[in-house]
Amino acid sequence: MSTKIVTARVGIPDSFLLSTYLENGGYAAFKKALSMNPEDVHAEVTASGMLGRGGAGFEAGRKWSMLKQDPIRYLVVNGDESEPSTFKDHLLVENDPHQLIEGTLITAYAIGATRAFIYLRGEFALGLERVQTAINEAYAYGAIGENIFGSGFSIDLVLQPGAGAYICGEETALIESLEGKRGFPRIKPPYFPAVIGLYGAPTIVNNVETMSNIPWIISNGGKAFAALGKGRSTGTRLFALSGDVMKPGNYELEMTSKTFRELIYDPALGGGLKEGRSVKAVIPGGVSAPWIGPDNLDLPLGQDEVAQAGSMLGSGSIIVLDDHSCAVRAVWRITKFFNRESCGQCTPCREGSGWIEKIMHRIELGSGTESDLDLLLDVCDNIAPGLTWPPQQTTICVLGPSIPSSVVSGIKMFRDEFMIHIKEEGCPFVH
Amino acid sequence: MSFFNPENLEKAQVLIGLYPDKRSALIPLCHLAQGQHGHLSNEAMEQIADLLEIQPAEVLGTASFYDMLHTEEVGKYLVGVCTNVACMLGGGIELLEHASDVLGVPLGGTTEDGMFTLEEVECVAHCDKAPCAQVNYRFFGPLANGDFDQLLDDLRNDRLSESVPPHGVLSRVFRDAPAMVPLEIIHRERRAMDDEKKARQAALNKDAGGNQ
Amino acid sequence: MSTDVSQNLVTVSIDGKEILAGKGELLIAAAEKAGVFIPRFCYHNRLPQVGMCRMCLVEVKGPRGFSLQPACYLPVADGMEVVTESEKVKKAQDGVLEYLLINHPLDCPVCDKGGECPLQDQTMAYGPGESRFAEEKRHWEKPIAISDLVLLDRERCIQCDRCTRFADVVAGDALIEFVGRGDHTEINVFPDRPFSSYFSGNTVQICPVGALTAVPYRFKARPWDLSQVESSCTTCSMGCRIMVQSSQNELTRYLGLDADSINHGWLCDKGRFGHEAINSSDRVTVPLVRKGDSFVETTWASALELIASKVPSSRSAGDPDRIGFILGSRLTNEDIYSWVKLAKGVIGSDSVDSQLGDGLKGEVIASLRRATINDAVSAKAILAFTGDIKEEIPVLFLRLREAVKSGWTKMATIGTHKSSLDKLSEVTASVSVDQLQLLARELMRESSRFPEITKLFENQGVGADGDGLVVLLGRENLAWDQSVVEAFALELSRALPKAKFLVTIRNANFAGSIDLGAVPRLLPGRLPLESASPMMRQKWAGLPDRAGRGVKEMLSAALQGELDVLFLVGSDPREDYVDSVLANSALDTVGFVVSVDTFLSQSSAKADLVLPASSFAEKSGTTTNLEGRVLTLNQKVAPKGLCRPDWAIACEIALELGGDLGFGSAAEVLDEIAEVSPLHWGLSWNRLERSAAIEGMMIPVSATSLSIRPRAMLDEISTPGIASVWDQGLASSKTTYVETSTNSEDDEPVGEPATQTVAGMVEPIWRLAPVQPLGFMNLAYSRKLYSQGEHLRNSAHLVHLVVEAKCRVSGKTAEKLGVSSGGSVLISDKAGGEGQFELEIDDSVPNGTVELVRGSFSIPGFSPVRSGETVNYVKVERA
Repeated sequence: MSTKIVTARVGIPDSFLLSTYLENGGYAAFKKALSMNPEDVHAEVTASGMLGRGGAGFEAGRKWSMLKQDPIRYLVVNGDESEPSTFKDHLLVENDPHQLIEGTLITAYAIGATRAFIYLRGEFALGLERVQTAINEAYAYGAIGENIFGSGFSIDLVLQPGAGAYICGEETALIESLEGKRGFPRIKPPYFPAVIGLYGAPTIVNNVETMSNIPWIISNGGKAFAALGKGRSTGTRLFALSGDVMKPGNYELEMTSKTFRELIYDPALGGGLKEGRSVKAVIPGGVSAPWIGPDNLDLPLGQDEVAQAGSMLGSGSIIVLDDHSCAVRAVWRITKFFNRESCGQCTPCREGSGWIEKIMHRIELGSGTESDLDLLLDVCDNIAPGLTWPPQQTTICVLGPSIPSSVVSGIKMFRDEFMIHIKEEGCPFVH
Repeated sequence: MSFFNPENLEKAQVLIGLYPDKRSALIPLCHLAQGQHGHLSNEAMEQIADLLEIQPAEVLGTASFYDMLHTEEVGKYLVGVCTNVACMLGGGIELLEHASDVLGVPLGGTTEDGMFTLEEVECVAHCDKAPCAQVNYRFFGPLANGDFDQLLDDLRNDRLSESVPPHGVLSRVFRDAPAMVPLEIIHRERRAMDDEKKARQAALNKDAGGNQ
Repeated sequence: MSTDVSQNLVTVSIDGKEILAGKGELLIAAAEKAGVFIPRFCYHNRLPQVGMCRMCLVEVKGPRGFSLQPACYLPVADGMEVVTESEKVKKAQDGVLEYLLINHPLDCPVCDKGGECPLQDQTMAYGPGESRFAEEKRHWEKPIAISDLVLLDRERCIQCDRCTRFADVVAGDALIEFVGRGDHTEINVFPDRPFSSYFSGNTVQICPVGALTAVPYRFKARPWDLSQVESSCTTCSMGCRIMVQSSQNELTRYLGLDADSINHGWLCDKGRFGHEAINSSDRVTVPLVRKGDSFVETTWASALELIASKVPSSRSAGDPDRIGFILGSRLTNEDIYSWVKLAKGVIGSDSVDSQLGDGLKGEVIASLRRATINDAVSAKAILAFTGDIKEEIPVLFLRLREAVKSGWTKMATIGTHKSSLDKLSEVTASVSVDQLQLLARELMRESSRFPEITKLFENQGVGADGDGLVVLLGRENLAWDQSVVEAFALELSRALPKAKFLVTIRNANFAGSIDLGAVPRLLPGRLPLESASPMMRQKWAGLPDRAGRGVKEMLSAALQGELDVLFLVGSDPREDYVDSVLANSALDTVGFVVSVDTFLSQSSAKADLVLPASSFAEKSGTTTNLEGRVLTLNQKVAPKGLCRPDWAIACEIALELGGDLGFGSAAEVLDEIAEVSPLHWGLSWNRLERSAAIEGMMIPVSATSLSIRPRAMLDEISTPGIASVWDQGLASSKTTYVETSTNSEDDEPVGEPATQTVAGMVEPIWRLAPVQPLGFMNLAYSRKLYSQGEHLRNSAHLVHLVVEAKCRVSGKTAEKLGVSSGGSVLISDKAGGEGQFELEIDDSVPNGTVELVRGSFSIPGFSPVRSGETVNYVKVERA
């Protein structure tokens, strides 16, 4: 059995209650941190080499170092998990809210935050109830508030519900939303949150899973964390496996310890596909990522390994398509998602997403033409010039250049399937 | 005339007090209003604007950006069927068609008895239970057509009223923590922390310099 | 100097060409100055940038090579390398245009913006030839009215955020917003809360497509039907620069011009849509002479003869003091000078006034150290004791709002009731008449009774001598006599000799009236009666023997039977004089009233003779704005009927009386003004026009104070509708437009406008406030933008915006009165006049005060303000 860090308490009855948490060593890390200098806490996190678990994969310790040292600075936890087929934070907030809170408080101490916010996806009703309950318990326990555990450190922690907008997972859009506005991403530069963030003050935005790892790192030391995994991929990660597999679910694995194939086929993990089917494509790291084919199944589940194959590990979600599933339909559904979730702020994404979705829908329904494929690629090219990975962009944020990923992957890997839709004027698959 | 009832008005004031800038309370107040009224009425938005000292158009402009904030009336149960990739692979699109058939309403429609409004939703992070549906943001899955019919039946007959409150009620847990730490205290503490940190760094540098 | 400049300059390479640009300047603006035009939609030089449309993407070299960056969002940096013409840039821009067009309707032929549309123009210049979009376009209900003046077509909208940014950031009226998300984002208002901003028309002007159109201009004209001239708005004293456009001798539209020192391109709706009144068919177009209860048309010749028969032709033939002149705010400097020369020079009467009890004494204004608008917005601190600027001088409000929101200055407001400035102020204090004197004396002293204001000013670095302080001085509450404000101003300027004053009186050209002697005791150039210049003695037939009367004294004299003839030149005392009871009874008793007017106003309708005057845009001339800036007014259309410019009418009357004013054109009048008035030395029509002085010239003009800036570059995408008329419009517009000259002789150094105290310092006269009579309440009495007036009544699309006659009190006061909202109250003035009003509850009104809006009612026998009262109180009872 490999090391479990963030899911160690998942499965324990009432794992979300303070009493359970305390019985299992809860808040010891925070107490330990409070006895250390903030910069030493920070140093442990840096030593852990932990990459942010939100999707961009930037080292958490380095991110904290970039925080402009203004007198007022904020910590915001990004719990707006909305990347399709990503459901790891959902698990963590419902099952171990105190772990998240403890990690948040340690981070707030390390970076000297004025106030901390947990922005949680609005649809997570149960999660909101569990986290708010946990915050109430933590205040009562003395872990939040004034002069925490007599350390002379005070902080408030506020839970902010979202209200249903994928774009708010983008950190600057999340900040706008937290300011009570439409979730329009800000333009970088100059709006790097670590310099100009919430209310114009320097702000650290970290993902729920990132925060949930912090107590373990402080308890066990950054080195212990760094000892897990390989290269830049240290520690464990929650992989959210879904699609055409027998046992979809969240699997916490030491990074790079397994390959895609093992995750999918290991009876203790994905449990393989339906009888007689084979893997057609895998969408790693969320639907923003380019697809990988069966030839890449032996890639280890590591940050750089997947990047070298031309895609990304992103949010750690993995969708499997088997050979009975229609690639065109999947591409269309993904473009429909982006069209619905485009914030509408900048032209290429607002207009391009709708246009692409309309063409894809036509092709899936059987009224596409061969020239539509070139048109699709060109319309995509006007959002992400060159259609490279990592992409360039004509848009304000990265939602725009995420749209072409599936379209380009689909046409590149399954052009024949597109042509069958066009020639036979319909989808050849049975739904 | 106050839209918010006294209890909620008090909650609204608590929410507003949580933020350095009161406009941050906009979304929480919209949820609060929906919890009271089932949807976000014009009267609610006008009062929220008053409370936050902004224009009602700004409340509408922000609220309309978010899928969960409904400025039109919706049924007691807002049923959302996910058709995003993972659910689609598990038959989500077909489940949505079935839902539309058994409810007898198109997408966005509300049943005549005002019980159900049907919508197609994007991924709700329940992908290991595909195809899934949410009812007032409480999740159910995986759902075969029969499971879905049973779910409707349970809802209709109040068998799930414990876990699924009427639409608009999101979190039933509110902040009961003591008053916020005064910002002056935080600012004083942080200044001290920063000063100590600088002093330690200076001492380190001095040591390093002395060794050379 | 050169080192200073070079430190603030950076070198940027654009398409291989090195250019110098100001540090921090946006790339899009720097490129434009260097002659490289980068296409854009959302960028507007007067709005914060948002980088949303993505049309201005160019390649900029970074650490990882060239990447596409929005030129509108990127400040230039030294050594920056930019490519604007590569294939990649071209493809990105083509792509954006194509995206903007896929859902844009093809209704250009029926769109008001057709021919002057930045989307249309840039599609022609940069866009693809054919559409590759085979899908169904987005549909919205076409057009919806978002206010009485503005229509919105959401299908045409390209979501550039200009209108919403303007409404929120510039106007502070966030009444329109983005609604919805993604490709279903629309602009809209909140249900039943229309876009009733005073500044709504600006959104139409800056809309880069035909999404926002103005109701008054709808389907009226195309750029190729129009011709245009530059002019200045005379709706208030701001002097906003405008482009006046007409088609077939009818005014069609005003557009705001971007004058950096004045209006930044913005206009208020009252000014913008005011052209309708000029086109009105109700104008007076022929001379009218009274026959019993009605008028009959007459000829100019007989009208002038009639005047000659009533006015003594020489000083010896009669008493010139029995003849009075009340001049209004319609007049140009040339009109004013001509009438002053007629009255004081030919007829010999010094009884000339230009204020209707709502202004301040000319000598007082003349003795204050003057601040410009730019002084105010960059002052260390501002003290506001003025009428509500947003209601009276709306675009000045925008300038002040920008200054405060940008942190350039901080403001304290004193007064008796709520004002739009309160929200911009760090401190607002309510004052009583008796506190004013102390406030003025002790403002910057330790003993200050208003320590919050004093502390604010000290923190802002205002000196003990008032250095760095600008006072906005106007009539905060008309229930207080002007002498109260005058005494305060004089006391303050004595205590703080370095403080500057910006006199915020609303009436257009009040400054010109004072500068040119349209007040008793002063001659043109603000010279005291006895100090006429030698040149004036030469040019004028004579001078008044003794000081004359102001308006109040003229009206009182009339009641005593001491006034035989009264000339009303663009003034309407029956409606506009603060004490309407006095005005009405006085005018009833004057033997012969001549009204020179554009409409049959309340006063002209009862005059004995009405002479038809040319209106704005029917004559050329100059006007002086509140800060003393002389601005050109250009004729655009022929005068209606037999209308004549006011200055010409004065000339005709003089001739009829045997005098000769000596000029045949407005330009000649200006030449003489420049000769006889030391304030105006150096001004000439040619200079004002030729110099491309979009901002006019500050007076007094001297070598060091010549304030002419080169014309700001016109961004035709920021201000659609102007360049298109030059390019496509009727020939006449081309001849009158003066091109920018950057190397003309007028490029003289810009200096501080000199302040002058031509008239001697006037002693403040403090009068104690009378004790509030038992049963009487405080009165707050002030104007709103849409208070009634002849102009508003004759503007088809503004008339229904006129404010209703209501009185406002706080809930507590209403309770005391026993009247609920919507109920009726009876208000009696000091002299027993009564008026019935609907009551409205407004808790911003102080308890014990009743608020009435001047110009919202006209009740015979009732005037809440009575001439001669230092402070007016009124009695309020349940009706």
